[in-house]
Amino acid sequence: MKAKHTIAVLVENKPGVLARVAGLFARRGYNIESLSVGVTESSDLSRMTIVVEGDERVVEQVTKQLNKQIDVIKVSHMEPHETVNRELALFKIAVEPHERGEIMHLVEIFRGRIVDVGTKTMIIEVTGDEDKISAMHQLLKKYTIKEMVRTGVISMVRGPKILKSEKEE
Amino acid sequence: MEKISGAKAVVECLKKEGVEVIFGIPGGANMPIYDELFSSDIRHILARHEQGAVHMAEGYARASGKVGVCMATSGPGATNLITGIADAYMDSVPLICITGQVPTQFVGTDAFQETDVVGITTPITKHNYLVKNIQDLPRVFKDAFHIATTGRPGPVVIDLPKDVLNDRFEFYYPENVHLRGYKPTYRGHPLMVKKAAELIMRAESPVIVAGGGVIISGATEELITLAEMTMTPVATTLMGKGAIPENHPLSLGMVGMHGSKYANYAVMEADLIIAVGVRFTDRTTGRYETWAPNAKKIHIDIDPAEIGKNIEVDVPIVGDAKSVLRDIIKRLSPKINKEWVERVNQLKQSYPFTFEDSEDEIKPQYVIKKLNEIVPDAIVTTEVGQNQMWSAMFWRALKPRTFITSGGLAAMGFGFPAALGAKVARPEEVVIDIAGDGSFVMTCQELATSITEDIPIIVAILNNGYLGMVRQWQQIFHEGRYSEVDLGGVPDFVKLAEAYGAEGIRVTRKEDVEDAIKEALKNDVTTVIDFVVSREENVLPMVPPGMPITQILDEKSIKPVRGKVRPKPGVRKREGERRMEIEEREEGAEVMEE
Ligand SMILES: Cc1ncc(C[n+]2csc(CCOP(=O)(O)OP(=O)(O)O)c2C)c(N)n1
Ligand SMILES: [Mg+2]
Repeated sequence: MKAKHTIAVLVENKPGVLARVAGLFARRGYNIESLSVGVTESSDLSRMTIVVEGDERVVEQVTKQLNKQIDVIKVSHMEPHETVNRELALFKIAVEPHERGEIMHLVEIFRGRIVDVGTKTMIIEVTGDEDKISAMHQLLKKYTIKEMVRTGVISMVRGPKILKSEKEE
Repeated sequence: MEKISGAKAVVECLKKEGVEVIFGIPGGANMPIYDELFSSDIRHILARHEQGAVHMAEGYARASGKVGVCMATSGPGATNLITGIADAYMDSVPLICITGQVPTQFVGTDAFQETDVVGITTPITKHNYLVKNIQDLPRVFKDAFHIATTGRPGPVVIDLPKDVLNDRFEFYYPENVHLRGYKPTYRGHPLMVKKAAELIMRAESPVIVAGGGVIISGATEELITLAEMTMTPVATTLMGKGAIPENHPLSLGMVGMHGSKYANYAVMEADLIIAVGVRFTDRTTGRYETWAPNAKKIHIDIDPAEIGKNIEVDVPIVGDAKSVLRDIIKRLSPKINKEWVERVNQLKQSYPFTFEDSEDEIKPQYVIKKLNEIVPDAIVTTEVGQNQMWSAMFWRALKPRTFITSGGLAAMGFGFPAALGAKVARPEEVVIDIAGDGSFVMTCQELATSITEDIPIIVAILNNGYLGMVRQWQQIFHEGRYSEVDLGGVPDFVKLAEAYGAEGIRVTRKEDVEDAIKEALKNDVTTVIDFVVSREENVLPMVPPGMPITQILDEKSIKPVRGKVRPKPGVRKREGERRMEIEEREEGAEVMEE
């Protein structure tokens, strides 16, 4: 059954690794929903969070193909109920002065923040899991969304378990 | 400590890794390495095209089991390597490809002869490196050789900017590799091994399907033990030819698109498939869902990503074929499935593997059978097309690493340089490239290499005047429209050979085939035998692509379609004697009216 799967990938923090991983997905025809990458607790490691769409077989192949990459150290399929997933989104909304109060109220309900206010626009920041961001997006559609950016999901397992290379465990 | 240049360090690294021979061509960016090679005792073989160099390195690796090393300059030198690198990647051949690169300060500026070698080769290498700092050079070489030769072997590219080669440092060579992202699994999981052994003991009609992995792993002995202990017939893929001697009573020959009928039927009737070191390509299985429908499947492979990729399996075992087979064998006791053995023998008798010979013309299959009869121990390489499939069908490989072919990529032009590389690796063996007239001209300039480097081999061209395999498909699937497959009877292969200082023999009569082979065997230079064979012979049996492997076409099920050619202006103008000769033989093909 097709579904979204979140995969965490620990890689060598070297130039070109992102290109290798992205190329692999393109080449093998896997659909990337989102990809985010950044440094980790150790400066020689980067961590990618990739959301792919596909059935179990696709996820298995993605995992195996990622593992084949020399610069990929660890691949982990993140189970939604065991993980904390977060994404950050920025919305630039065109606002008439009379709409301001209403929007501020909405943002408050979503525990978002207004990070920029101009005469005709404001920027809203929201963090949360994908559903929350989508819900916010849905509600803001009532106004004019001039721009939206999303970071892509990052994901971490709850409890003491961590993502590490085998040797260090 | 004395400082040495990056170029000198390259040569030192190669020595540390025990490299005895390199295949390559120099150019601006890699000249510092060539300057160091001048005074080194590593043998360098000067190819005439980088594709030749890389296929030679492949032939060397495939024939010996050692890593092949090739070298090219930046830009066009590096891009000329691409076909060979892709080929090595598909067929899991250990290669180190060293390319020169423009100086680091020019990288990314579209400088003269700059190409993004790492970018271009990423999809076709096991790994690749651009070395930007001389301090990294020894570590890169150490890791590269390790990666190329361990686990599932494959090509590794090392791209070296010229300033790095000219820079100087205190050389050291690391003792160990520590690649935290690379740890191949060699031992099979005990639970899976146990399950596999149980399935084998319970099976009533098992078939082993052996692939290239058996040869890479050196698991022939274990494979034969497993087969003999349980009286299980062994079919091979194209890459698995030689994994079991093909004169062994349990050998079924090749399965798949051009496999023997009995091998394909046996697979379809099997209740257990033991697949070792195969990757289940469509050429082996036909339509995936229909393959071996009644069989449980055990799949042994060192690459986890191959397991479950195309065919669903019941017992997946990740590990080295040799080690896993050993572990399985320990859990088996001798047994015979008497009915199955009889059934398989019956299949062999009902569908004998033959071809219709002729006295008037030379059949390509006849040439291969004669070669096999006269030099059964030779190392054979093939080109691509009908020549390749006839070789797979009619050459009986008796040992691993004696049947060398471009399986996954099917690159025309592979066979000849690969034969040269094989001969370099094993100079005491007779090496024969069974060639097509189309393929051979793709790399025939390496005749020069074979003469100047003194690498004598035999090229047996099955000259049908066509891009024969394409013509066959056009005859069967395109109502005989022979579109752009007529090679027009050029070149004169005897003159071509002679132009390079090699020997050339033309054979037009069946009774001369044997003498020509014997004469070639006596020569101490490369000999090109131009066997003028029947033009429209087809490779049969054949399973049409995308069909279940029981849908087998043979002589009887193919409509005798007459081919039509679109004549080329030059062909009409040419009035060579040889062309007339070939024209006279043309019975099936008629020239389209203008
Ligand atoms: C480099 C390359 N180009 C094109 C093809 C497609 N192709 C496959 S077989 C074949 C014909 C080969 O002709 P020849 O070498 O004369 O062999 P024959 O089939 O006649 O024995 C061609 C063009 C290929 N496999 N490789
Ligand atoms: Mg031909």
